[in-house]
Amino acid sequence: MTNIYSLRKKYLRIEKTTFCAGCGYGIFTNCFLKAAEELEKEGKFDFHKTIFISGIGCAAWIPNPYFLAETLHTTHGRALAFATGVKLAKPASKIVVISGDGDLATIGGNHLIHTLRRNLPMSIFCLNNYVYGMTGGQPGATTPQKTITPVTPEGSIEKPFDIIKLALGAEAKFVSRYPIVFPKNLIKGIKKNLLIGNEKSAFTEVISICPTHFGRKNNLTSPAKMLEAQKEQYISKKKALETQNPEQKKVFGDFESLDEYFNLTK
Amino acid sequence: MEIDNSLCKECGICMEFCQQKAIVKNDGLKIIQEKCNSCRQCELLCPEGAICFKNEEIEKIKSKIKSEKRGGWINSKPLLKTGQKYFLSGNDACAEGALAAGCRFFAGYPITPASEILERMAIRMPKLNGSFIQMEDEIASMAAIIGASWAGVKSMTATSGPGFSLMQENISFADMTETPCVIINVQRGGPSTGMPTKPSTGDIRMARWGDHGGLQHIALCPASVQECYDLTIKAFNLSEKYRTPVIILTDAFLAHLTETLIIKPQKVFNRIYIPNEPPFGPTKNYSAPSMPNFADGEHLMITGSAHDERGWRNTADSESYEKLIHHLENKIIKKRPIDVEKFFLEDAKQIIVAYGLVGRIAKEAIKKARKKGEKIGLLRLKILWPFPTEIIKKYEKRCAKFIVPEMNQGQLFFVVREKVSAKVVSLPQQDGELINPERIYKYIMKGIW
Repeated sequence: MTNIYSLRKKYLRIEKTTFCAGCGYGIFTNCFLKAAEELEKEGKFDFHKTIFISGIGCAAWIPNPYFLAETLHTTHGRALAFATGVKLAKPASKIVVISGDGDLATIGGNHLIHTLRRNLPMSIFCLNNYVYGMTGGQPGATTPQKTITPVTPEGSIEKPFDIIKLALGAEAKFVSRYPIVFPKNLIKGIKKNLLIGNEKSAFTEVISICPTHFGRKNNLTSPAKMLEAQKEQYISKKKALETQNPEQKKVFGDFESLDEYFNLTK
Repeated sequence: MEIDNSLCKECGICMEFCQQKAIVKNDGLKIIQEKCNSCRQCELLCPEGAICFKNEEIEKIKSKIKSEKRGGWINSKPLLKTGQKYFLSGNDACAEGALAAGCRFFAGYPITPASEILERMAIRMPKLNGSFIQMEDEIASMAAIIGASWAGVKSMTATSGPGFSLMQENISFADMTETPCVIINVQRGGPSTGMPTKPSTGDIRMARWGDHGGLQHIALCPASVQECYDLTIKAFNLSEKYRTPVIILTDAFLAHLTETLIIKPQKVFNRIYIPNEPPFGPTKNYSAPSMPNFADGEHLMITGSAHDERGWRNTADSESYEKLIHHLENKIIKKRPIDVEKFFLEDAKQIIVAYGLVGRIAKEAIKKARKKGEKIGLLRLKILWPFPTEIIKKYEKRCAKFIVPEMNQGQLFFVVREKVSAKVVSLPQQDGELINPERIYKYIMKGIW
């Protein structure tokens, strides 16, 4: 069974979601289910027995209520701290944390660096849509400069975090980044993360879109336009190495060290 | 390829990304089959999973529950030698009490004057196959013990005032998700950093009202090293029985007071689990619901949002929300746990209402005053919250005055004044020192504070 429509019937509690039209999190869900199914076939993952832990925000709603598995929907920013408790109390369990950039990297930034430093086995997916979607599109620690939001009507002035640098700086043992506009790469990335997450803290930044709050205010008037823009912005690590990345695009793929990442993006 | 229009939200991604231009908008999105070359790119990019390549009938996997009914009272063999006398500090006794009650997970963050609990747990836990972790802050400590509790392990943290403030959000989460766990607050002189090595009882109202949502909490106040041990066991039992966070309020003095502890056989309560029962309230008779853990295969949905009995988030239905709130409130106060010490109350015309070490101190003053013929008694609250209204009401008519000495600006005083019609006097002393029994005695005899 490899078609998404059936996978959603198998793995979700209900198929109809409350996400806005064109929300990137639906695409992540497709890719996650596909990755999960492929690993299940290989006997390397058990979706229904996995403990999914999420914080607060749109991304946190993907596992709870939709995933038909063990789900813990926690307080804002603290998903990783809850996950640490669950993992230590029940070391044999498979833990997957799915939450947003605001949740994991802004309010929960401290827990993120300490969890990565501690390196307990768990898979972490930080779904980055660059804004606080659920509360109306306010800027977070990842919002690019000059972004128009309800609290920065003249454009955001704060310098954003590069979450990959943050994770590598915290000495995470596995760090990767995949944009949703390249779903096949994303599926591979999710699979790799889920496998490595059995041994150590595996961190993946998933670049998503928020057409409702980010797109509409920033001249990206449709979900498709946002995805097209994302396609333009990102280049795979392989291509970046081949072409030397002449347009200075953002790189996606798996990153071993800060040095490697700096070399790819300089 | 077809589009399920009941799921489609017409975001238009499939239309724009289709290289064959095979998707058109015509009273909902439709695929022109002749143009489609089944590249299936749209299938992955559809946020709603509405594009169906092949419709297979799939039955939802039903959770496989292998676990059986469990929980209830058991006779527990103490870890320390029964009948043996030990010479321990209040903090150490709290840690040993927790271990005796079956606590096998501790997460904490160093803070004076609670650090000894953390240190003892770090050494004791690994020997008992438990887990210990020092987290990055108190917010994370509280989060970790809630996570561990849902993993099926009795869990605890210990802190002092500033850390307790940080824990409040997740204490609310534990209230809402009906998570058993124990929090020890070794109170020190506040506000803020205050006097970290000096005792106070400045957090008693925070234990009751500090969190958002304002629901009932159970809080216990030990007055001796023996009670630090006994009441910590009791706290775990109450927490498991009522499925609620329970707070133990000690203070910097009691934490470091070293005295005799005698180990007695203990009964321990383990949370009830009944397969397939709803894991959340409301329940009949306001009893605590069945508590599964992540290993039972119940496909749990645990959320701090308003939810139904199975955990489905429901944040718009005021009727079911109110039922949930009534359940959370009433499960504690309908069959409220009561534990008080009565001292010379039979004929008392004046009653001192106290808790923690002040209760023990007041006893000395009362003994001395009784020798002078003063008809004075003591009501010492071992369980401070929920407040034992029925007990204090019994003495309301024949008692002329209730006296409430406290190591704060008068926090329990307001509660007593609210419950009884007789005269209530507050004796506050917040100077980082214990109240001297002589000072209470002087007040009894001369009315001077």
